Amino acid sequence: MTTDKQIIDRLEQGFAGSSTAFDTDGRLHGRLAALAERQGLLDVSYCTIDSPLGQLLLVATGKGLVRVAFSREDHDSVLSRLARDISPRILRTPRRLDEPARQLEEYFAGKRRAFTVQVDLRLARGFRRSVLLRLRDIPYGKTQSYAAVAKAAGNASAVRAAASACSHNPLPLVVPCHRVVRSDGTLGEYLGGAGAKRTLLSMEAAD
Amino acid sequence: MTAPRQRAAQPFEELVAEHGALVMRVCRALVGPVDAADAWSETFFSALQAYPRLPAGSNIRGWLVTIAHRKAIDQLRGAARRPEPARELPELAVAEPASADDDDELRAALDALPLKQRGAVIYRYLAELSYAEVGELLGSNATAARRSAADGIASLRKRLSKGTS
Repeated sequence: MTTDKQIIDRLEQGFAGSSTAFDTDGRLHGRLAALAERQGLLDVSYCTIDSPLGQLLLVATGKGLVRVAFSREDHDSVLSRLARDISPRILRTPRRLDEPARQLEEYFAGKRRAFTVQVDLRLARGFRRSVLLRLRDIPYGKTQSYAAVAKAAGNASAVRAAASACSHNPLPLVVPCHRVVRSDGTLGEYLGGAGAKRTLLSMEAAD
Repeated sequence: MTAPRQRAAQPFEELVAEHGALVMRVCRALVGPVDAADAWSETFFSALQAYPRLPAGSNIRGWLVTIAHRKAIDQLRGAARRPEPARELPELAVAEPASADDDDELRAALDALPLKQRGAVIYRYLAELSYAEVGELLGSNATAARRSAADGIASLRKRLSKGTS
């Protein structure tokens, strides 16, 4: 005799699909992302890549790379904040981040000195944004003081604000805030941690 | 809780990860294995479209299942022969794998149920919605939904016991 319980169990198992794990090959997800992109509904795409500094989160809008995050920033909470600040229409779409991923890989392999990817600086406003724009002028292997950066950004007395702009840089590595150090030569804060900053500077100096 | 938020703000990717499998189960039960992938894609595409306007604190699972329900009705009625997004759906690189372990006997028994019972069984037991939510979805109420689900299960049991005993 069949019981109700057996019928319910059979229902639950009967429609699980041909594999117990769902969409393991990502075909459905890929199709959804492609459709969303085609219809202009993919507001934010992201992927993660491995690097000598640990896993990096790369995030882009239709305008360009908008955020690079170290794992110590907690990728999930970074994405939650972007959902609030930009749009919750966020999907994992590595293909849209192929170019920045490739350039970062080349950079870590010592084969690239400057990034040419489109960036979207919408997460930085006002003076912070001016600071970030100046940072792109500091060449590979060189450093500048926070005071010099403040001056270049148009406000020589705003050294603290310049330091704060660097430590809140939404695009570390690509916008090279790691090349800004204190006037006394000590490193100063870094989103990826002091160790990461040291690693990057010695990597660039060795070249 | 911080300041009250008017709109849902969880990254959509998390919705797909959390509810994708459940929505697929519901789609398979509603429209069968062949059309399930299309129903799933249309459901999540519509959801992505509407998502920024979804009020904060909404029951995401209930919302997704409601969309799947509407998509399934469209497909079953063949009303609009292909709803708008479907025409844009990129072809799947490979056909949906042959569903060897799909339960054909169960599928036939489920298809034979009256619509209300079928919906009640699927939304209660596969989508795990409350009777109140099932009632709302089917345009009735919790009491009616509970009765439809019970009748549906009883009728499935009758049909499925025949062959096995």
